[in-house]
Amino acid sequence: MTAKPRQSPALPPERISLSARIGNLFYSIYAGAMTVVGWLAEPVQRAIGANRMAYFFVLPNLLIFGIFVLFPMLLNIYYSFTGGNNLFPQDRPFVGMQNYQRLFNCANLLDPATCSEDRFWRGFYNTAFFVVFQVGGMVILAMLTAVVLNRSVRGRSFFRSVFFYPVLLSPVVVALIWKWILQRDGLLNAFLVSIGMERVLFFLNANWAVFWVISISIWAQMGFYMLILLAGLQSIPKDMYEAADMDGANRWQSFRGITLPLLMPTLLVVLVLSVIRAVQVFDQVWVLTGGGPGTATVYVVQYIYETAFANQTRQFGMASAASVVLGMVLLVLTLLQLRAGRESDIA
Amino acid sequence: MLRKMHLVIGVMVIMALLLSACTVAAPAPAAETGGEAAATEAAAAEAPAAAGDVVELRMTWYNDGNEGEVMRDLLDRFEADNPDIKVVMDTVDYASGIQQTLPIQLEAGEGPDMARVTQLGIVSQYMLDLRPYLSDAAYWEQNFGPFLKWMQSSPDGNAIPGFMTQLTVTGPFINRTLFDQAGVAVPSDSSDQVTWQEWADAARAVAEATGTFAMAMDRSGHRLAGPAVSMGATYFDAEGYPALVGDQGFKDMAQLMVDWHADGTMVPDVWIGSAGSYQAAAPYFINGQLVFYMAGSWQVGNFNTNIADAFDWEAVPNPCGPAACTGMPGGAALVAINSTQHPEEVARVMEYLTSEDVLSEFYARTLFIPGHLGLAEQGVEFQAELPQTITSLNVFASEVGKLAPLAYDLQAYMFNTILFNANRDRLTQVFTGELTLDEAIQKMQDDIDAGIAGAQ
Repeated sequence: MTAKPRQSPALPPERISLSARIGNLFYSIYAGAMTVVGWLAEPVQRAIGANRMAYFFVLPNLLIFGIFVLFPMLLNIYYSFTGGNNLFPQDRPFVGMQNYQRLFNCANLLDPATCSEDRFWRGFYNTAFFVVFQVGGMVILAMLTAVVLNRSVRGRSFFRSVFFYPVLLSPVVVALIWKWILQRDGLLNAFLVSIGMERVLFFLNANWAVFWVISISIWAQMGFYMLILLAGLQSIPKDMYEAADMDGANRWQSFRGITLPLLMPTLLVVLVLSVIRAVQVFDQVWVLTGGGPGTATVYVVQYIYETAFANQTRQFGMASAASVVLGMVLLVLTLLQLRAGRESDIA
Repeated sequence: MLRKMHLVIGVMVIMALLLSACTVAAPAPAAETGGEAAATEAAAAEAPAAAGDVVELRMTWYNDGNEGEVMRDLLDRFEADNPDIKVVMDTVDYASGIQQTLPIQLEAGEGPDMARVTQLGIVSQYMLDLRPYLSDAAYWEQNFGPFLKWMQSSPDGNAIPGFMTQLTVTGPFINRTLFDQAGVAVPSDSSDQVTWQEWADAARAVAEATGTFAMAMDRSGHRLAGPAVSMGATYFDAEGYPALVGDQGFKDMAQLMVDWHADGTMVPDVWIGSAGSYQAAAPYFINGQLVFYMAGSWQVGNFNTNIADAFDWEAVPNPCGPAACTGMPGGAALVAINSTQHPEEVARVMEYLTSEDVLSEFYARTLFIPGHLGLAEQGVEFQAELPQTITSLNVFASEVGKLAPLAYDLQAYMFNTILFNANRDRLTQVFTGELTLDEAIQKMQDDIDAGIAGAQ
């Protein structure tokens, strides 16, 4: 009787889940890419030393910035000193300060009708008005909304979503929706007529047009700034309010003495971002009113666009000069805001 | 094992990068060795082979009515007979696509092979002279001669860049049903020469009785030009340079427009509500909300389709002023673009489209006034059954003979778009109270001077 050799029991095949397989694949791709980076980086590190490797790693981003931001900006400045309507720089004659001279050629700077480029100055003053009221209104409303939604109110998450939702919409979609509501035969006029009121031609009256442009812009963007302020509010320690409460401070005193000072850095970010965005206002208004009635809602960026692209003569030089002026104004505004923020930090 | 796998994937990443780099870099040697012209020719010669012997031509197009559909049908037949050519139609919006974007594309050398354009003078610098590629240039000169002058970058040029897809005449339409409902007589029924003021009075009476808008004019300096010439506008000085300051006829017509916007005769939405661009008032007319609409012959096809017999509409002769009773000639042309890499194929498409039977069918189906002298003389059997459509086409056809010589000069003027846009935008500022009429006319002149100086 021969004994049967003992067979070890077969191990079940190792089961790997689909998600693990996908994870492994992505890891392999990542690791492969890193291997390649390693091949490139190691000789570079040997050549320039470990301390200078930081420059090597920021180089791709710097290249992108240089090609897509710095180079167009420098080209734009160069174009502002050229004339004619040719597109390519080598075909454009150098005209020195001629575009700037025409831009600032005004008998009275406060009266656009006396300026050679009166549409630029109308756009400039319209933009200034827009920035003051849109940014002012939006920051106040965003702050109020953030303060309210920072408290434990019923349906807080729902309201946060409701206020943030318009931010997700494209400016063109926002403009088209409101145009549909506000036009002569729009939803709002249908409602007004149904309750026995007169139809209002919102886009044919300059005051109404400006009012709606500002209001719609606030509605569309407020949620984004509300969210930033809400994050700022949540970073304020609760015990500070408890201490103030024990000291007998009322809500207004707590807000003025704790919330506002501690929220100032966040508020400054909101102000800088919203001012920059307000100065650049274009797409939404272009779709909503086209700049009308007349030039009531023509803003500087629309002037630049029309001068460069929409007019048949395509005055790229003049448009570039206007954009350089706009850039300078933005730079000054941002520096002033940063300075104000720094001073408030020191205080 | 894992290390080996990373190595393999690393090699694959490098291979992929190299492959994509090679794909982009492939055409470079041609450009380096032969210069720009040679490279273009080489690319043109090689392109058919690379794409399986089929040359793809791009045609930028816009629609007023059904012409895009008709053109596609004709091109499909051409492609069936010429399998080596495929024509892709890029249909765009007229204001943003043709007036704004196309000139930038052309300036950048990124234009299509063919385009349907209306601003013929200012775009002429980008047009291709087809004469070297045409089998019978004399046919073109014989049938399109007067209109080819509108497509020259210099007035004494003889280039043949394309053909008129339509000859247009500006003129008004009326809603006769509204006149009947209001019990107001149509002024042109009893007189051959009705003034602008008489039409305005009649339209106001109809509008008041029917709760509609009295008048509208497309937001366009070109549309304003016919009435202005009728009122005695001269537009040019003795040297042929645009001169609006002191042009009493122009000021008179501009004043009428200001008054009509102030008293509600004109639909305010069209000019005041649309800043910075062309705006047609056709939707108001199509919806039966408008008594009198100053537009032009190109709308006949649109109304034939979209109004049909919903109400009685028709074109009426151009109203009169002290100087004339004229509209403006105009039209759209399909032109070859000089950046094309396939001039011979473009010429073949153009020759097909301009052959008498094909072009006759195009005009007949689109209800466009022929821009082909031979066909205009023979007459085109328009494919329309509605009496309104036939009447309107006949009215516009008879208006061609009544156009003032100055109207032709204006249309042929190379920088007329600059002139017309300045008229349009500055006049709107008077309607909104931003400028007085005198200030606006001075601003128009400044804009024209700056625009022409920039374009030269």
